[in-house]
Amino acid sequence: MILVYINSSNGLSKSSFEAVTYGKRLGEVVVITNGNTTSDTLSALGEYGASKVLVERNVDGEDAQQLTKLVAWAAQEVGANTVIFSHDLTGKAVAPRLSVRWKAGLVSGAIALPDADGSVRVNVFSGKAIGKVQVQTSNKIISLLPNSIQPEKSGASCAVNEISANVGSGAVKVVSTKKPEGEIPLPEAELVVSAGRGLKGPENWGIIEDLAKSINAATACSRPVADIGWRPHHEHVGQTGVAIRPNLYIAVGISGAIQHLAGVNGSKVIVVINTDPEAPFFKAADYGIVGDAFEVVPKLTAAIQKFKATQL
Amino acid sequence: MKILVCISKSPDTTSKIAFTEDNTKFDENGVQYIVNPYDEWYALVRALEMKESNGGQVTIVTVGAVADEAVIRKALAIGADEAVRIDADPKDAHYTAIQIAEYAKNNAFDLILTGKETINYNGSQVGGMIAEALDLPYVSIATKLDVNGNGLTLEREIVGGIQVVEVSLPAVISCAKGMAEQRIPNMRGIMAARTKPLQVVSPVAVEDLTKFSSYEMPNSKSAVKMISPDNIDELVSLLHNEAKVI
Ligand SMILES: Cc1cc2nc3c(=O)[nH]c(=O)nc-3n(C[C@H](O)[C@H](O)[C@H](O)COP(=O)(O)OP(=O)(O)OC[C@H]3O[C@@H](n4cnc5c(N)ncnc54)[C@H](O)[C@@H]3O)c2cc1C
Ligand SMILES: Nc1ncnc2c1ncn2[C@@H]1O[C@H](COP(=O)(O)O)[C@@H](O)[C@H]1O
Repeated sequence: MILVYINSSNGLSKSSFEAVTYGKRLGEVVVITNGNTTSDTLSALGEYGASKVLVERNVDGEDAQQLTKLVAWAAQEVGANTVIFSHDLTGKAVAPRLSVRWKAGLVSGAIALPDADGSVRVNVFSGKAIGKVQVQTSNKIISLLPNSIQPEKSGASCAVNEISANVGSGAVKVVSTKKPEGEIPLPEAELVVSAGRGLKGPENWGIIEDLAKSINAATACSRPVADIGWRPHHEHVGQTGVAIRPNLYIAVGISGAIQHLAGVNGSKVIVVINTDPEAPFFKAADYGIVGDAFEVVPKLTAAIQKFKATQL
Repeated sequence: MKILVCISKSPDTTSKIAFTEDNTKFDENGVQYIVNPYDEWYALVRALEMKESNGGQVTIVTVGAVADEAVIRKALAIGADEAVRIDADPKDAHYTAIQIAEYAKNNAFDLILTGKETINYNGSQVGGMIAEALDLPYVSIATKLDVNGNGLTLEREIVGGIQVVEVSLPAVISCAKGMAEQRIPNMRGIMAARTKPLQVVSPVAVEDLTKFSSYEMPNSKSAVKMISPDNIDELVSLLHNEAKVI
């Protein structure tokens, strides 16, 4: 039996469908989750292959210790031999704890289904290589890197059972959360428009935002741009920032330093716009334009808008 | 406050990545090791700042071989008071975490800090494993850390926003960008580091739960298609028809 943990505190995200789809490829899936998302909403996980959803309403999901107990309880309850997490903030906190508690090897950040020999691929050296991890225990834990598998519908909505597990009280208390509305979260974005020092100053980001808006993309930036405060820190991608693997990454005025590439080289398609034909980024790109961002980007936005209009 | 900072080494970020022994082993030939940036820039520096303002002691711990003492001395040069090296090969996160937890058990730390992840194996595992082994609360990927009475106030970047949390001590925290600024060791620090205590501890018996069986290089990109800035419509059409991304 495959147990999939899902953080549904903000409803169901694409990565939760990915995790269920992944689990379904390995066997029968039961989902364990917590919080207040309605059973009606949760039952949609059945469409991706879950046979049942268990939900603990009394756990808010901010305390990794409580969640670990919850998942361990569910694994025992359903007789799971594999637990799947999404490799997000919650998965990164809970999966390692569960590994110790359950004495099960953890594959952290899986990018593919297991091979015939059971080994699972993960990115290592910040995406510069791939490692194959062999789990040496009979129980296994896999945390799945977002955007590694296409969510796939395979069934109808499923039963949702409210359960109560004895997980004690949480030691981590949330004091406040500031959450901007309407933005596309970067790690989940399928399309990303990103810009670097080539943009010269924060006042020039309008053209980047317009381009992003034209294709409904999230925005990102290189590290120096976040460091000097032109853009918020959470947009910084790369080795020391967020690692992303969208379907499309458009890099404007970014040189393509190895530490930047480390966070974006998992992108399916890379477009580079740079004045310097020698910019290292072109070596990692699928499509390149040598040109001035201030001319090329508005032209590209206009061309996309024109194209979209023909698609209506 | 007694703070333990977990320090790992990682290859210098510009290192060429290659493998030997039939792609089963990382090729260390010519590789320069540095202190893992998250451990150094964020965890260690924040620990030192807390010591400077509230007093206390900063101990660093590494699971590694004698050769790793160069990296340990660098962390001492930045300002840690003392170092512990657990003399073992940190080949699996669980193995590494249990070694650190065993050491910590006998030394009553108020706070254990790790980096967000190592930049070689990128597992983000060791901190959570230490916390579970010691039955302590764990806040992962914190971007701000302040002492607040008998506990801590922390910030974490959640999807598109910031979450503020409180936790009591002792606790384990993994540290990310935002928490502190990189410090460059000065000559005095480097000299002092030479004589700071570095204790070597024998490992306890722990099983490995996982193993890297082999490595491969990612598929290299086919050559880039260059498009003239005067022909932007072609790019749009390639993205739609060929790449199928818009
Ligand atoms: C340990 C370590 C970790 C790091 N981690 C990261 C990380 O996570 N992420 C990251 O991004 N960096 C990281 N860096 C920094 C990295 O090495 C580079 O310095 C950084 O990525 C460069 O940012 P940039 O491309 O925006 O700026 P630059 O290197 O200054 O490049 C600007 C580019 O814009 C082009 N340009 C200029 N004008 C125009 C124009 N009008 N139109 C179009 N193009 C133009 C230029 O040709 C140039 O290629 C790290 C460095 C270290 C040492
Ligand atoms: N060999 C080691 N010795 C001491 N600390 C380590 C070691 N490996 C990892 N860590 C700590 O655990 C954090 C997360 O590592 P990882 O789980 O490998 O991504 C690192 O940032 C370090 O703080």
